[in-house]
Amino acid sequence: MRRMLLEGLFRRPVTEGTPTVNDAEVDALAERLGVSAMARLGRSLSIREVDAGSCNGCELEIHALNNSYYDVERFGLRFVASPRHADVLMVTGPVTANMREGLERTYAATPAPKWVVAVGDCATGCGVFGKSYAVIGAVSDVIPVDLVIPGCPPEPIDMLKGLIDLIEASARS
Amino acid sequence: MSTLRTALLNTALTIEEQKPWPRITVDVDTWRQATLAVAAGNATLSGLWAEPGAVHMALLDDQDGALTVLTLAAPDGRFPSVGLTHPPAQRLERSIVDLYGLTADGMPDDRRWLDHDRWGVRSPLGSMSQIPANGSPYAFLKAEGPPLHQIAVGPVHAGIIEPGHFRFSANGEIIVRLEERLGYVHKGIEGLLTDTTLEAAAKVVARVSGDSTVAYSLAFARAAEAALGVGVPQRAIWLRALMAELERLANHLGDIGGICNDAAFALMLAHCGILREDVLRTAKTAFGHRLMMDRIIPGGVTDDLHDVLPIKTLTAHIRQRFPRLVELYDNTASLQNRTVSTGHLATGLARRFGAGGPIGRASGRPFDARKTPGYPPYGDLDFKMAVRDAGDVDARIWVRIDEVYESLELIEQIIDRLPPGPISYPLAPALRERRVPQAGGLANEPHDTATEGLALIEGFRGDVLVWLRMDESGRVLRGAVRDPSAFQWPLLEAAIEGNIVADFPICNKSFNCSYSGHDL
Ligand code: SF4
Repeated sequence: MRRMLLEGLFRRPVTEGTPTVNDAEVDALAERLGVSAMARLGRSLSIREVDAGSCNGCELEIHALNNSYYDVERFGLRFVASPRHADVLMVTGPVTANMREGLERTYAATPAPKWVVAVGDCATGCGVFGKSYAVIGAVSDVIPVDLVIPGCPPEPIDMLKGLIDLIEASARS
Repeated sequence: MSTLRTALLNTALTIEEQKPWPRITVDVDTWRQATLAVAAGNATLSGLWAEPGAVHMALLDDQDGALTVLTLAAPDGRFPSVGLTHPPAQRLERSIVDLYGLTADGMPDDRRWLDHDRWGVRSPLGSMSQIPANGSPYAFLKAEGPPLHQIAVGPVHAGIIEPGHFRFSANGEIIVRLEERLGYVHKGIEGLLTDTTLEAAAKVVARVSGDSTVAYSLAFARAAEAALGVGVPQRAIWLRALMAELERLANHLGDIGGICNDAAFALMLAHCGILREDVLRTAKTAFGHRLMMDRIIPGGVTDDLHDVLPIKTLTAHIRQRFPRLVELYDNTASLQNRTVSTGHLATGLARRFGAGGPIGRASGRPFDARKTPGYPPYGDLDFKMAVRDAGDVDARIWVRIDEVYESLELIEQIIDRLPPGPISYPLAPALRERRVPQAGGLANEPHDTATEGLALIEGFRGDVLVWLRMDESGRVLRGAVRDPSAFQWPLLEAAIEGNIVADFPICNKSFNCSYSGHDL
């Protein structure tokens, strides 16, 4: 084990370069989010992930954000265990009828200022599932959504870009 | 089982055209006898699903992997409970009751399962009646006594995972009873597979459980091809196996790291996470999608492999890095202390529930759908089935480790022997041919030409079952899927008993059941 740890210290990091940030996009986002509140958070965001009905494909890719390639913590992004500690909810899946209350209560338990990121085609528009007796609709049909990251599932690099935009927007006020 | 099969075939009222295994309609007595035979262990229950007015039960012969589907017509909406004599059927039966409004006579547990009183309707796939959607409390099973207390967890968990509720009854640190309440991510998949196009159905089945998307697409394609009687080019068959093994590799690497991480050994997760990411990136280079979603379609595959080099580089890289991680796992006493003898699942239970995948194989149930019933190209490939007897978290890790090596082996063999040629046959001509008039009939004469297909495919989690009924134009009339998790979830409740609460995450991760695949 010692050898692996030492190697870890001396090998070149495997991490990806930071995705380029498009200033215009960030400005637009900052405006949309009402940045004055966000300034209080500085350059760090705590994220709570909520699966509101996904197929688990999106979860796999959100997980990947924590691997050494993407390593989101270096941007001040941290996944937390409780909505009470969160600034951002990352929500996946079409919202199922059985998860609606779970999502609403998680949102209510998150202290303001808070933002919601809808991750994946299901979260942004039900994907292949469509509305039915079991599916209420997209995340925005249940709670207000601030940022959408489409894809089925979106690649980690796309999510990373979205989240960095969010941080930049929050620091811009 | 083969004598049972013969007996069932002899008592059949009718035998339907379902490929490659028969579906036979039986009377109530034969249905009851079959449930007793399953309970006695003469066959494994592999699926239980319904449609308005009928129930179907798939029986698996563990020896040769052959499936027999029994159908019981239930014109009055009743059928004799299977769960009464065979507990693995209980949750499937409760789902049938919730979705179709059928009554399972003698059902030992009549609490609603998928229906949480949130849909605004009862029996959404059956008679469909309106009710208020205000939710109802769930009567958890009791564990009583002065020192016992309950711990409620979920549906929203403290990690990046799917939702479900766990109710622990604990005596101090020791878990006396765990009861799961699932169904939170029920999306109505059987409803979406009713009267739809082949393309739409394929997309839905590919998303039953995203981590097994390749296995599901493969099962869907094989069921559709069996029903329609269409062939697949050789190259596509081999490419499908390549994708399936890449998927297994990625998931097993993720699971090995994840289990160790739940014992607070983050180093394994960090290294396994890198290897997993390498697999996904290679998949993207080779097939254009990291999870290879929608790459397998009825008739073949969508993307050809133009360059084998990235895949060769990948396997060489993993072969170089992975053994050191295995050594690390094997030599870290503090980690072994958490995994060895933890979460023990007895062989008898694994067999009774037909536990598939690494969970069954780590508890001495030697079943792998790639071997039996087997499907091409695995008959031409050389690989061993990893089996252990210990049944603990450690055994489940070792089965996955062994399977990582087997998948590497398979990928290398496939790459070396990949046949040339087309990657898909268009379905349209095959379908037109089917419409050629039979003797005495006219092509456009309306007649009952529904055909059915069934497929059993080994995903990384275990055997995935897909059943389809289609019409001659290739439209999907009805479909059902069964995830390996359906039989694995109840076993987690058994395996956790007597363990400490703090070991629940590691036990749960060593099972890694799918919520979405279970809830459908
Ligand atoms: S967007 Fe795709 S991957 Fe994500 S939950 Fe929906 S179907 Fe699954």
